[in-house]
Amino acid sequence: MCLAIPAKIVELLPDDQARIDLGGVRKEVSLALVEDVAVGDYVIIHVGYALTKLDPEEAAKTLALFAELDDEARAAAMAQA
Amino acid sequence: MKYVDEYRDGELAQGLAAAIAKEARPDRRYHFMEFCGGHTHAISRYGVTDLLPANVRMIHGPGCPVCVLPIGRVDQAIRLALKHNVILCTYGDCLRVPASDGLSLLKAKARGADIRMVYSSADALKLAQENPEKQVVFFAIGFETTTPPTAVAIKQAKAMGLQNFSVLCCHVLTPSAISNILESPEVRKLGTVPLDGFIGPAHVSTIIGSRPYEFFAEEYRKPVVIAGFEPLDVMQAIRMLVRQVNEGRAEVENEFSRAVSREGNLKAQNLVAEVFELRRAFEWRGLHTVPYSALRIRGGFAEFDAEQRFGENYVSVPDHKACECGAILRGVKRPQDCKLFGTVCTPENPIGSCMVSSEGACAAHYTYGRYRDITSVRD
Ligand code: SF4
Repeated sequence: MCLAIPAKIVELLPDDQARIDLGGVRKEVSLALVEDVAVGDYVIIHVGYALTKLDPEEAAKTLALFAELDDEARAAAMAQA
Repeated sequence: MKYVDEYRDGELAQGLAAAIAKEARPDRRYHFMEFCGGHTHAISRYGVTDLLPANVRMIHGPGCPVCVLPIGRVDQAIRLALKHNVILCTYGDCLRVPASDGLSLLKAKARGADIRMVYSSADALKLAQENPEKQVVFFAIGFETTTPPTAVAIKQAKAMGLQNFSVLCCHVLTPSAISNILESPEVRKLGTVPLDGFIGPAHVSTIIGSRPYEFFAEEYRKPVVIAGFEPLDVMQAIRMLVRQVNEGRAEVENEFSRAVSREGNLKAQNLVAEVFELRRAFEWRGLHTVPYSALRIRGGFAEFDAEQRFGENYVSVPDHKACECGAILRGVKRPQDCKLFGTVCTPENPIGSCMVSSEGACAAHYTYGRYRDITSVRD
């Protein structure tokens, strides 16, 4: 039930609703809990509501951190070999 | 899918695993609780445990909304449907939770009760509009992620002047459950549940922010790292926890910064505060009665409170004697410690609530973990 997914806003609709794209599947969700959402933004969807916007910069930073670690680990593995 | 696949990359997972193995000191053990059922599911599904060194152990927490729902609450919903003839609607996961007299909502439906599954609180509202001759009750469960949607539905019902819509409010609060675990004798006195830190919930934290966890870090000296629900998020959080423990720190760190801020979602928080207030006490499965751990509907919205409208009070009912859900939810036992696991109790025929939802510890272990036990026995 807690499983919620990031989805892209493709169209803003009346009454605080929006259409999202979920890997090709279109669905209508409520924007009643979020502010300043625009087409192209990614939001986390849960039980039919957008809970929050995703911050693309922070997302990239987290990914960069994983990759950095990966390089470190690989270097360590090579050194061992 | 964007923001999903990148966080499931197998090669990066190996890199993170190597980093954890390097940082975890061989001379000590690390015990971390993942509070949330979403994390339990991710850990089981992606085999995160297999990637961790033997001295880093994950303990399942009570953050699965269906699992912590006591039998008496499901009974209450069933009574509303069978005795008061309402259309009772709820999220899909609730339907198979075992209740008293061998019933569940699904079995009550077979007996003629009008039980419907909804995907969202908005669907419940729609049912009320479409069935003006019937009373519609939304059995609302869940932590801080499902509470704001329920608040929106109640406010809309009031704005529309709906006379046939009400809510059986069973919303519970994450910080109260964490306090309850930290205060439990197993953690505080007996030491039977060693706890070196928490992985904080992903989506709950998008709403409440990271600030509420600061108390646990300060007061109980337990590190908390809020993590996203993808496997790499969980592994990165474990690595951050290992590092905090090694450095003797107990702080709140945020791995899920792409969605969680310190303040959280203020719009959602205000909606919740407008519609709900604290319940003085609420019974949880496994944690017993926890003071100020749940919400009820405020006086201004009393007409939408199903408990008041139908006068159906909560009656506490003990769990099935052999079911270990309670101990599992407190981190004291593991699914494989239950005698009924995988034999009498399966996802098709659940005896306890932890076997119902895919986020439940028993269901997650049944689906993804039990073959591993078999191989380790063969080894
Ligand atoms: S296996 Fe079934 S009976 Fe045993 S603890 Fe889990 S849910 Fe309860």
